[in-house]
Amino acid sequence: MGLKMANVISDETIEYVGILAKLELSGQEKEAAKKSMGEMLDYIDKLNELDTSDVEPMSHVFPVQNVFREDVVSNGDGSGSTLQNAPGAREDMFVVPRTFD
Amino acid sequence: MERGQLLSLSAVELGAAVRAGETTAVEAMEAVLGQIEESESIYHCYVTIDREAALEKAAQVQKKIEAGELTGPLAGVPVAVKDNLCTEGLLTTCASRILENFVPTYSAEAVRNLEKAGAVLVGKTNMDEFAMGSTTETSFYGETKNPCNPEHVPGGSSGGSAAAVAAGECFFALGSDTGGSIRQPASYCGVVGMKPTYGTVSRYGLVAYGSSLDQIGPLTKTVEDCAVVLEAIASHDPKDSTSIAREDTDFSGALVNDVKGMRFGIPRDYFGEGLDPEVRQAVLRAAELLKGQGAIVDEFDLSLVEYAIPTYYTIAAAEASSNLERFDGIKYGYRAQDAQGLHQMYKKTRSQGFGPEVKRRIMLGSFVLSSGYYDAYYLKALKVKAMIKKAFDRAFEKYDCILGPVAPTTAPKLGESLSDPMKMYLGDIYTISVNLAGLPGISVPCGKDSKGLPVGLQLIGDCFQEKKLIRAAYTYEQSSKGGKE
Amino acid sequence: MAKEYETVIGLEVHVELATRTKIFCGCSTAFGGRPNSHTCPVCTGMPGSLPVLNKKVLEYAVAVGLATNCNITRYCKFDRKNYFYPDNPQNYQISQLYLPICRDGYVEIDTEEGSKKVGIHEIHMEEDAGKLVHDEWEDCTLVDYNRSGVPLIEIVSEPDMRSAQEVIAYLEKLRLIIQYLGASDCKLQEGSMRADVNLSVREAGAEHFGTRTEMKNLNSFRAISRAIEGERARQIDLLEEGKAVVQETRRWDDAKETSYAMRSKEDAQDYRYFPDPDLVPVCISDEYLEEIKARQPEFRTEKMKRYREEFELPDYDIEIITGSKHMADLFEATVALGSQPKKVSNWLMGETLRLLKEKEMDPEEIRFSPENLGKLIALTENRAINSTVAKEVFEAMFQEDLDPERYVEEKGLKTVTDESALRRTVEEVIAANPQSVEDYRNGKEKAIGFLVGQTMKAMKGKADPAGVNRILKELLGH
Repeated sequence: MGLKMANVISDETIEYVGILAKLELSGQEKEAAKKSMGEMLDYIDKLNELDTSDVEPMSHVFPVQNVFREDVVSNGDGSGSTLQNAPGAREDMFVVPRTFD
Repeated sequence: MERGQLLSLSAVELGAAVRAGETTAVEAMEAVLGQIEESESIYHCYVTIDREAALEKAAQVQKKIEAGELTGPLAGVPVAVKDNLCTEGLLTTCASRILENFVPTYSAEAVRNLEKAGAVLVGKTNMDEFAMGSTTETSFYGETKNPCNPEHVPGGSSGGSAAAVAAGECFFALGSDTGGSIRQPASYCGVVGMKPTYGTVSRYGLVAYGSSLDQIGPLTKTVEDCAVVLEAIASHDPKDSTSIAREDTDFSGALVNDVKGMRFGIPRDYFGEGLDPEVRQAVLRAAELLKGQGAIVDEFDLSLVEYAIPTYYTIAAAEASSNLERFDGIKYGYRAQDAQGLHQMYKKTRSQGFGPEVKRRIMLGSFVLSSGYYDAYYLKALKVKAMIKKAFDRAFEKYDCILGPVAPTTAPKLGESLSDPMKMYLGDIYTISVNLAGLPGISVPCGKDSKGLPVGLQLIGDCFQEKKLIRAAYTYEQSSKGGKE
Repeated sequence: MAKEYETVIGLEVHVELATRTKIFCGCSTAFGGRPNSHTCPVCTGMPGSLPVLNKKVLEYAVAVGLATNCNITRYCKFDRKNYFYPDNPQNYQISQLYLPICRDGYVEIDTEEGSKKVGIHEIHMEEDAGKLVHDEWEDCTLVDYNRSGVPLIEIVSEPDMRSAQEVIAYLEKLRLIIQYLGASDCKLQEGSMRADVNLSVREAGAEHFGTRTEMKNLNSFRAISRAIEGERARQIDLLEEGKAVVQETRRWDDAKETSYAMRSKEDAQDYRYFPDPDLVPVCISDEYLEEIKARQPEFRTEKMKRYREEFELPDYDIEIITGSKHMADLFEATVALGSQPKKVSNWLMGETLRLLKEKEMDPEEIRFSPENLGKLIALTENRAINSTVAKEVFEAMFQEDLDPERYVEEKGLKTVTDESALRRTVEEVIAANPQSVEDYRNGKEKAIGFLVGQTMKAMKGKADPAGVNRILKELLGH
């Protein structure tokens, strides 16, 4: 497509976003990601054509508010269900590679 | 009843036949499983089918029907469920490798509602991975083919559900719609599909893609089925904070063959560049037909249509990047085995577990939320979303329904779309703003193009106005029947 | 020439709220239990699960905000804080960034220079993380989500404190307010109250703040004091050497009395906050605020004033008793049951404080009931037991809240008031200790003490010492 690449995505950006998102891209994937992210951002920049200075951001479409639960215990022992799909479990706990504190 | 005859019934007709003792839930399930045996190897509608469990469940339901415990219209009717809806004890993969072995310990509220109504689960349908895609080609488990022409895609992301209904591999199906994922495949496969008003169907147990946009809805053979299924799955669920308590969910009551005096608005901006002339023709023909039934049809400018896609992709990608963080190889699903240390385990698991389209959206979403870009991208998109909602509010001051195409074209050929994601995203232009504004939308078949591929008519209603959509769609369906045959 | 430095400290205090259930699901917040037994799809981040806010969490957060003079945000929301770590099952924490529930409050603390206001920047609601257990043997980490989703409030102060003493005074003040509200037990050791210290130093008189560091893992007042001293010294050393302080998070190791930087290159510290689409906004009405206000308890200052007027207790007693919500409740309940205030206070000031100190316990951990304390006081008032026995009974009651009347009955500890039995025992003691008798008669007044002791011993402590003394003098003197 004849889109101008106004957003040039650097290797550092891809590296940084990869750290945030915990994704490790191969060399080829990185190039593809740079290209597609640049294209998408160019496209998203179209939103700047609109003056939104007087507009409140809308996260929920409906004015639903104040949805609460009562403070009543409704769950029993859930350890069996919780651990059922665990790739690694021991002593009723999930096993993960050692964390450094 | 013999199989061919059984499979030609709609869900509601089948339910009636079961209740009348003309057939049984088991016979119906056997018919569906027989059809699957025959055509599934071509279409690949399902990721998971548990034949024995389906037959056993059908037998249990049949007993309850005979005992008078199950009397509803869907009792004994086989249903297919999209694989991003959790089903207790049955593999739920979201068509992703990262959930290749995930067996939920709970069922989605919508699935439970169907079970209460006596519908019997056939299996889990194929989809675009985590519902990200418009063709069902991003599935880790292979693509689904369009039963109308297996060289074409079924659409997506609920492509497996749409194809299963079209192929007679179930009597109806559930899908999810974040940017058109029910309506577009329904349109491509020639079935009815509806995305209800946000909050009408509980999202509990739906594996989230874009939480503020996701909504579960029916894919069915007829508008009547659509209304009945929606009535069964709609509920106020205290487990979903965004679920809305509605009292007007007797949707089958809206199956009225009459549109006299109803006002339809055709947005000029939906008929511009990029719309296939054959699709255009079919949709305008449908408008004419409604006019002939006494509807008032008008053209108008909706505005902001071209901003819907960038707004949508910003919001959906941002939410998805966060929603998909939980897939990390610790609690469930795939875990990379060859990793040294925690962070490598995260990275390898996620890089190997997610496909390219999912990674693309996670990267974009993480970027637009990252420090320094939040206001420019995410917040800006939330503001444009508010403007888009306003544009619809203005339209619904004048019209009962907005009428237009579902997608710019009929189903593309397999393999044509993925090479150019931007082009694929543009295909969502008519469906996406409906999700942004939380509105209900329905896709009804309105003829075929010269290649024999189905075209869908989209009707969009104001919030909570599903009944108007059902009434209009039903009237269209009833009055167009004669013309088709 | 040595420069003068000023320490600037702000605190982020996390408090676990005393709700029965977690913030977003119906799992119990109770301590103990098998790992992962208090879990469900919501608090373990299962796909498709959704959060629903616990009503009580909001009530507590608003109550704490009102008690700390905050403005309550009438339209507040929850945001997601995104970061990957195994104790956080969704890999995002539901918290509040953009519209926290409380803002712009303060508490007053007493310092050597008098009363001082410490500003509260904001208070927000959020969920706690799970627990990581390091398995040294297998070189891996085990994860337990029982604490995942336990409700927290985070109280963020302004950088208004200048010394460890002020920090401790501020924490004590917060702790009392929150305990009085019943919103948390605020135990640092058990982690129901946790403080992160933001600290910077600047040359005295400097206009701008220096670069700050954040210190975590401070689980006692002592650790907080030492960490503040240590970090202050570390930063001053850096500045004296002409080096810059790096803005970073440091972990305090109390055993080694040193801190170290926690950051790795995998922590980008870019949390990508955005409004949680799964939760709806919270709107607070005037009526709701009035309701919470009406339910606010009597706080310490008011209570101290009332104790002075109503019970005429010495200031020292009042200071101690009102210094713990639990002790104040115990005091008031015991008095309400009919005991004389000063008598109740004496038990609290004396034996109770002694045992708390001996057993290194917090006043909040006192287990005995007002009913039982009242019974014990009645037993001593009626002279049914003597003071030595009373102390013994009290100690038993302190251990396991037993009924003193039954205990005295079962152990046969009642004072013997039978004059003839007492007289008989005294006679036996006199007969058995001729030397002491002679000493006494020779003018050694102290010898009578020994004889009283021997009698008490023979009576297994159950005699009324005054009576023993009287009979002894009578038999020896005449």
